[in-house]
Amino acid sequence: MSPARKIMKDGLWTNNPIFVQVLGICSTLAVTNNLRNTMIMVLGVTFATAMGSWTLSLLKDLIPRKVRMIVQVLVLSFYVIIIDILLRAYQPAISKQLGPYVGLIITNCILMGRAEAFAAANKPGASFIDGIANGLGYGWVLVCIAVIREFFGFGSFFGIKLMGEGFTPWTIMVMAPSAFFLVAMALWAANTYKAKAEAKKKGTK
Amino acid sequence: MNAPNVGILPLFLASILTSNILLANFLGTCSFISISKDFKSSMGLGIAVTMVIGLCSAICWAVLYFVIKPLGIEYLSFIIFIIVIAGVVQMLEMIIDRFSPSLYMALGIFLPLITVNCAVLGVILFMQIRNYNFVQAVVFGFGSGAGWWLSIMLLASIRTKLDKNNAIPAGLKGTGITLITIGFMAMAFIGFSGMIAVQ
Repeated sequence: MSPARKIMKDGLWTNNPIFVQVLGICSTLAVTNNLRNTMIMVLGVTFATAMGSWTLSLLKDLIPRKVRMIVQVLVLSFYVIIIDILLRAYQPAISKQLGPYVGLIITNCILMGRAEAFAAANKPGASFIDGIANGLGYGWVLVCIAVIREFFGFGSFFGIKLMGEGFTPWTIMVMAPSAFFLVAMALWAANTYKAKAEAKKKGTK
Repeated sequence: MNAPNVGILPLFLASILTSNILLANFLGTCSFISISKDFKSSMGLGIAVTMVIGLCSAICWAVLYFVIKPLGIEYLSFIIFIIVIAGVVQMLEMIIDRFSPSLYMALGIFLPLITVNCAVLGVILFMQIRNYNFVQAVVFGFGSGAGWWLSIMLLASIRTKLDKNNAIPAGLKGTGITLITIGFMAMAFIGFSGMIAVQ
């Protein structure tokens, strides 16, 4: 497997930010009751992680160790500010709905986690790919959760009504607890699948 | 742009119960899950986070209304807030180290990590969006911190019992069952909603 493909696979599955690293579930769970907002947050996180990792990897030899954390946070907030300004200019309605959660991408643990765990020891190009892979690995899980929550909570998909008039929305799906339950279920499924795959591997050897 | 009309006590209770920063707004979940394994460090972290959120929301309020708004540099507010948070955490670290080395040792690495706890920045951004006045900002800050503290203590107590339980399926152990527990706690806290509101 080529290095780039390996990094992609790591981010999307083997070392998935949600299933394995259990990072970054804070800020984005809040927006997963609506597919469109989730997509925008995922794009934002992916962009910030990739660009942040790339920049920090370029700068890694110039930053003294002592002030490393604060420099990382400043670089990451720079990219988040770009996202915030773009959203405000082109999608003011969504920007209003997301409220503080756009700014909270800065403190999303995935960004710092990747900057610390990968970009600090790798070349800029590889760090960029790693950022994209982790952003997407995080994204596909959240999009799955958002699809379920929006479908049951509002009876719609991307804002298009799917269910008829008689559909009673599940209020719980719109509220906080369901997000925790669904992430736990996804984690459970992924862990069980992984354990089975490993057992199989051992069996064939 | 007027401050919302909420009393101090209702705001305080609302920020602890009805809109608990963790259970309703999902903020600070990362450190919440990793620290809550241990009762004692949960206690220490809870106190530290409450202090940091309270102090930061006071300072950031002043910075927002006396520096950022007069200069018209709202687009820089994320960076400025982060710098304030990092500064407060650093100061707190030095003060605790000076006056209570035992607490400093107990908190260890978790103290600097408060800088990237989303709850701190989250409270400040909510404070900015809702146009709180100074007293409201401070009360909301300390209230949210206390709410975070309350929920991490609750979860830590539940987890000490849970970890002894062998009936949990293998795939669900650790983070999985913790997330489900948090979900149930969030459901319990929904019971408070409608009583009081934050804005």
